[in-house]
Amino acid sequence: MADCAQPVSARAGIGAALVVAALIFGTLAAVVLRAEPGRGLGASDWAALRFTLIQACLSAGLSVALAVPVARALARRRFIGRRLLIALLGAPFILPVIVAILGLLQVFGRAGWISDGLALVGLEPVQIYGLHGVVLAHVFFNLPLATRLILQGWQETPAERFRLAAQLGADARAMRQLLEYPMLRRVVPGALAVVFAICLSSFAVALTLGGGPRATTIELAIYQAFRFDFDLGRAAMLSGLQLVLTGAAALVAAKVAVGEGFGTGLDRPLQRWDGNSTTSRIMDGFWIILAAAFLLLPLAAIALSGVPGLVGLKASVWVAALNSILVATLSTVLMLILAVPMATAVALGRGTMIEVAGILGLAASPLVIGTGLFIVIYPIADPFALALPVTALVNAVMALPFALRILVPRAKSVVGRYGRLSMSLDVRGWPFVRRVLLPRMRAQIGFSAGLAAALSMGDLGVVALFADPEFATLPLQVYRLMGAYRMESAAGAALLLLALSMSAFWILDRGGRWHAEA
Amino acid sequence: MKYLVIAAGLLSTTAAYADAPELTVYTYDSFVSDWGPGPAVEKAFEEICGCDLKLIGAGDGAALLARIKLEGERSDADVVLGLDTNLTAAAKATGLFADHSVTADYALPVTWTDATFAPYDWGYFSFVHNADAAAPANFKELAASDKKIVIQDPRSSTPGLGLLMWVKAAYGDEAPAIWADLADNVVTVTKGWSEAYGMFLEGEADMVLSYTTSPAYHLIAEEDSSKAAALFDEGHYMQVEVAGKLAASDQPELADQFLAFMVSDAFQSIIPTTNWMYPAVTPADGLPAGFETLVEPGKSLLLTEDEAAAVRDAALDEWLTALSQ
Repeated sequence: MADCAQPVSARAGIGAALVVAALIFGTLAAVVLRAEPGRGLGASDWAALRFTLIQACLSAGLSVALAVPVARALARRRFIGRRLLIALLGAPFILPVIVAILGLLQVFGRAGWISDGLALVGLEPVQIYGLHGVVLAHVFFNLPLATRLILQGWQETPAERFRLAAQLGADARAMRQLLEYPMLRRVVPGALAVVFAICLSSFAVALTLGGGPRATTIELAIYQAFRFDFDLGRAAMLSGLQLVLTGAAALVAAKVAVGEGFGTGLDRPLQRWDGNSTTSRIMDGFWIILAAAFLLLPLAAIALSGVPGLVGLKASVWVAALNSILVATLSTVLMLILAVPMATAVALGRGTMIEVAGILGLAASPLVIGTGLFIVIYPIADPFALALPVTALVNAVMALPFALRILVPRAKSVVGRYGRLSMSLDVRGWPFVRRVLLPRMRAQIGFSAGLAAALSMGDLGVVALFADPEFATLPLQVYRLMGAYRMESAAGAALLLLALSMSAFWILDRGGRWHAEA
Repeated sequence: MKYLVIAAGLLSTTAAYADAPELTVYTYDSFVSDWGPGPAVEKAFEEICGCDLKLIGAGDGAALLARIKLEGERSDADVVLGLDTNLTAAAKATGLFADHSVTADYALPVTWTDATFAPYDWGYFSFVHNADAAAPANFKELAASDKKIVIQDPRSSTPGLGLLMWVKAAYGDEAPAIWADLADNVVTVTKGWSEAYGMFLEGEADMVLSYTTSPAYHLIAEEDSSKAAALFDEGHYMQVEVAGKLAASDQPELADQFLAFMVSDAFQSIIPTTNWMYPAVTPADGLPAGFETLVEPGKSLLLTEDEAAAVRDAALDEWLTALSQ
């Protein structure tokens, strides 16, 4: 379709994608230019690449494979606490890594709850450390996200389609083939690519649960190049490698994810007539309970160890909490300013490259972005004075891939369904955005804003090089408390962080969601 | 709006110091935290210097050096505080540091002669364990036992690198064999000290690599005597933390004054119960009650900065090979 036949221009979205690409490649170039000749990539770097790829493929595959039945069960069933469970699904993902690791170990560790339980019946403790431990931790982080992304695919299938299928007497099998498989074909590749990209840049989780230097990832190699060898060239090369891998995964996902959506309905509450058999009820129940137990036990462990430390938190922790809220607000706004035009541009058919630009935010090493920004900014401005905007911007770019996954399918269906009608009524440009596009994307905007706010709250991001001494965020205070032996207060502050992130997510997601009711 | 309020707040605090000269000290993050020595040090120095002391945290010791390298001669920093002897050789090689003029009666177990860097505290690396459990008496006994340890990665952590140097200093060419024997005792390797210590407190391991002074924290701050440091008979590797002034400083006199203050009583008496290390110069009132309960290694190990720089990469390869099997 030509530009003139569109209700709105793609220019803003292309501009936003260019900003993101400039940030990621500009910082990488800055690091390369600053580098002195180093020793290049060695055997250990290739070993790191191999391990990174293996664990990322396994983690992405398993997270998404488990997410499909869980999302299906959540889409079909209505039960008390369902909405709360869906909201809690966001939690593991937004925890600071160090807190999540300790929470996981309290459940799955050598001295964890499961090992204690096994000891009661005279069995050996769980052996968590190794590749399986890395994958388990990554599934813990990413299963919820994958579930939410896939659940959205179900929720975006108009209720009328299910009604029509039921009227035509489609049984569960026919329902799968007519509605569910085509939907999964569109949604799953994107979810796989996002989880793959997240796991690609894993570092502390992979090292700790991998049980030692066998579990060296590219991100750890980047860290080593930067602080152990001060070999900026190698850090940049490794970061470039990460970008290539993620870009390739995103391209493959964009190629594979074909098929039109099901169009839009009348936004009726969804009712399902399939899956009422006892077997499917039991299976759905099984998946929901399994996922809930796997995700909620470590969260419960974090909450339990946090409660004693919550009383008597110092004022500085509360100030840090306010700072984190400020950062999260700012980065959520920035993210939406980038993401909504980008999603619209994708919907207008300017797809693949914008989607790839969008996912790169995940692939870029935070350390390299931070260092690059520092090299660029240092000669012209005081990095500390820019701590807040830089942190907010980088967090926004890191949240962008998730937001696009959430926004793009809906934007496509809105433009497809209402584009021509709007043009025939001469509703174009801003009136189209305000009256047609945004109201119909409210739920997706709310969900993506909630995710961005929560992520930004929990992320340490690039603050290390830009850390303004007067402007500590809550995750930084958690690390500082731990570094000062105050593990109990740290656990309390971590619980506060979890509560804040969850609230931000809940408020924004609720604000936009109406069709997930019923 | 929030922005404006914060900006106004920042401006007004800056204005209050507008006439006073400013001394910028880069240090590691845990030094400047509310629970570290930073706040007390800042207050004590500002009382005597008529200046504004700005302490800026930048990751840990190694990240600090990387930052100074990135900033080069344009750096705002006047003093860098928080490097250790594993980093001083690389720091000097940058040519960014100037010699100091500090003299003091150091309480270090080694003689200090460095012209560029002056020490402010030190400690012994050690494995910390629960006091009610028996501890091995050396690395070989540890390797032969079924004790589980959690250690830090030398590529990302200062204590992790310290352990590498410890085994190297104690065993030299025998180090790879020691590591190979230790491999089945290592539960896991963490990115930093906090993860490892947190895992130990949760019971994931019998021992954790930390300092002989760690039990002092539990004893003094928490009145908990359940933690102890294992005494190894090969000797304990030391970490000496140092500071130096930058040649390009625009406040060289203030920087000298700060370094002199650093080895004075006012600074040194803050260190033991905030940084949980031994002060470089014993304060007039001695060490705080509780420090006398700490184990005292019979032998102190410390590679010189040149030795440390020379063996570092080979030692890392040995460690990686042994633990990657």
